Amino acid sequence: MKDYQAGYIKLALPKGRFLSPTANLLAEIDLGFEGYRDKTRQYRLRSTRYPSLSAKIFQERDIPIQVAVGNYDLGICGLDWIEEFLVKYPAGALVKVASLNYGEGSIYVVASTQVGITSLNELSARRNDYRIVSEYPNLAEAFALNLRMRRFRIFPVWGDAEAYPPENADLAVLWGKSGARIAAIQDLIPLKKLLPVTAFLIANRESLENKDLSQILMCFDSKLTAEPQISIENELDSSEELKGPRPSWQAKEINLALPDGHQQAPTSQFLKRAGLVLHGYSEEASSRRPTADLDWLGIKVVRPQDMPLQVANGNFDLAITGEDWLREHLYRFPSSPVKKLFALHFSTVRIVAAVSQEMPVADIDELRSLVQSSPDYIGAPVKVASEYINVADKYLRDNHINPYKLIPTWGAGEAFLPEDADMLIDNVQTGKTFQQHKLKIIDVLFRSSACLIASKDSLASSSKKERMEFLTQELRAGLL
Amino acid sequence: MKNQKCKGMQDLLPEDMLRFRRIEDVFRTCCLNWGYQEVRTPTLEYLYLFTATGTLTPSMLSKVYSFLDWDGWSGERVVLRPDGTIPVARLYIDNLSGQELARLFYVTNIFAFEGTGKENRERWQCGAEFFGGAKSAPDVEIILLAKQVIRRLGISNARLQLSHAGLVKALLKEFKLSPGEEAKMTNRILEGNWQALTKAKSTNPEIDRLIASLLGLKGKSSSFLHNIRASFPKASQDFKSSLEDFINIATLLDNLGCSYEIDIAAIHGFEYYTGICFQFLAAGEKIGGGGRYDSLVPLMNEKDIPACGFALYADTIMKSLPLEKEKKDESGILVQGKELTPEIVKTCFAVAESLRDAGHPAELDFTGREESDYRWVVLVSGKEPSQFVLTDSIQRRRRDAVSIAEILEVLSEE
Repeated sequence: MKDYQAGYIKLALPKGRFLSPTANLLAEIDLGFEGYRDKTRQYRLRSTRYPSLSAKIFQERDIPIQVAVGNYDLGICGLDWIEEFLVKYPAGALVKVASLNYGEGSIYVVASTQVGITSLNELSARRNDYRIVSEYPNLAEAFALNLRMRRFRIFPVWGDAEAYPPENADLAVLWGKSGARIAAIQDLIPLKKLLPVTAFLIANRESLENKDLSQILMCFDSKLTAEPQISIENELDSSEELKGPRPSWQAKEINLALPDGHQQAPTSQFLKRAGLVLHGYSEEASSRRPTADLDWLGIKVVRPQDMPLQVANGNFDLAITGEDWLREHLYRFPSSPVKKLFALHFSTVRIVAAVSQEMPVADIDELRSLVQSSPDYIGAPVKVASEYINVADKYLRDNHINPYKLIPTWGAGEAFLPEDADMLIDNVQTGKTFQQHKLKIIDVLFRSSACLIASKDSLASSSKKERMEFLTQELRAGLL
Repeated sequence: MKNQKCKGMQDLLPEDMLRFRRIEDVFRTCCLNWGYQEVRTPTLEYLYLFTATGTLTPSMLSKVYSFLDWDGWSGERVVLRPDGTIPVARLYIDNLSGQELARLFYVTNIFAFEGTGKENRERWQCGAEFFGGAKSAPDVEIILLAKQVIRRLGISNARLQLSHAGLVKALLKEFKLSPGEEAKMTNRILEGNWQALTKAKSTNPEIDRLIASLLGLKGKSSSFLHNIRASFPKASQDFKSSLEDFINIATLLDNLGCSYEIDIAAIHGFEYYTGICFQFLAAGEKIGGGGRYDSLVPLMNEKDIPACGFALYADTIMKSLPLEKEKKDESGILVQGKELTPEIVKTCFAVAESLRDAGHPAELDFTGREESDYRWVVLVSGKEPSQFVLTDSIQRRRRDAVSIAEILEVLSEE
């Protein structure tokens, strides 16, 4: 079932932003991956030119981990995700082979104008407790430590980091096309450019040391350049633009977070039914900060995954997210002051455990027996891929699957099975994607739909209580 | 079966523990004799405790075991204690800062990630801290206390090396670097890269000369420092006052007959130290170190409390510590049941308890194995008239006994 033969070379290729330029590069150097193009439904590719070469398509963020653990010999992904991995695991098995000379923008440290910082030195000198929001928590932490910041807290988010300052974060570590572009976003000052986001060819150390990859590396040869200078200079290419007056952000009494992405359309319909008139939260006109007719209500659009943590920290009083993400948060932080008020009965999914159709088990009990009776079949520990690492962790513990190893993923987890993971814990709506990938569901952990969550502290607060109750009542009216 | 121990962690086996306890006992006895009181801090502390003073280098902080606790939703990270002094300083500030003087000691483990997994990631320290004692007598006190512990442990070849963090910092100031450059240079020196300092030419040849003699020469008495003072009359005020402090301590040590070596560049990792720094070496390995850290408590709570302290590295000391012969041979008693009948088991427990009450260590055995590691073996047969047989492994003779009282009598005869 698994390809462990020597001489067999596996390549991890990116989805998303680098798919097109990478596909162009691979076509140019003629690696023989015709199926690798935009909107491909295929995850597994076999080279038509080199019989020993195969590839799999991943979310970019998963690629450094997959290459480091040795599931793939080579990979292509952005320097930002490579450094995010290396800064935490410098002794790991990941080697940067060379820059591929394409990419866009850089990772910046930005400050909210409200913090009143204009240079890095001020950050290390002050004794404030800085809240740093980022999709790159490891880079953010390394930055804070290197600067000898006295006190800081890192808030990892799945996306939309720019939406948090000024009221919900003081600093952000985020991607931007240029310093000037970032400065053009309301209330943000770029303080430092951390690294340019260029695509890199990476390799697993052991593969590079022991396996003959020369044929493939030679194909890349004409395209490889020396590593571009990683600028550690404090580049403030937009300082001139910072001086003009800026619309300043106004604090509201009650703050509500609404989801973007797939959940936006049904949430918008739900709010309409509830009679809440919003401007800037529809497909036609979408804003980061929609407005309502209630002047005391502040609204912000962020990722549903990030909402429970943000509500716990008092950045929002109420939020519409999924029950799955609420559970994920509460399993990790049992004492969190976040509470589900009621389910909204849309965006309903099942959170399931799935395995490859080839695996001779029908349910989780049979899987446990299989692991215990023939550990060689799976090759202990059981590798479990999931976006919900805390939900998955609890499920595996509760079901006495032992030993196991969790592989955190950032979407498209179905592509991990069977060669890179034995089991997947993921959400399904229809189960069609699972069918396509030859997966079978062996257990349903729970059902999850959109729900309204609230901060217990806000519910108990004398200044907020009345308006919280009013808004909750309004929203309840939107239930079908 | 595969070794299941976590990478970088260590098991302390019975022999290791005998060595460990010996170090601990000697250390505790010495500290108590000098008027120090024992404390113990928790394993978990907030990360900001270690970042807030800005004294630890980024490379040290990048090796701490930090994580979010179960209630870490606020983003407040906690760490497995990476250092012994800062938690004790926190304990002092939280609980004892009303006291003018506090002499505290502890035996604790500290955690720091080490990349290869071959060195220990959990290490044990015996440390003592003296809060409220201004220079220079307290500096000498902790040096002598550390020295006494080392001597009583039977480590005869330990060398004491002295340096002075204030002196190094004053020297660095002479380069007139930008704050960013100075921070980088400090980090390099803290990591032991003194060449960075010799390579960075200052604009003043006098300073280059000063650095060359300070880093190049090694003094054996306070005279060396007097010579330095005389050779560089134009040094900065900061440098002169640090040198003065260094001279005072060295002179005291000279007068007390404590030999040492002045080696400015020998010491690194003096992150929070402000004054004298010292370390002890035995067989080429660092077995302990300490110094004065007058700005740590002020940085933590703005109260101006001077302090100094040291720690001995138990893991390194254990490696070379000779093991005292186990006393088990001389006094150990094995109470053996001939059969596993309820009556015999009951009697065995009764015999063992009486022996322990009388002050003899007694171990039970029902396997019938031949044992030679004990001074005495008491065989309980349960058969009248003499239900006990005593075997004396040293005198190689056997005796019958009819009662527990008779066993005790035989033992007391010996």
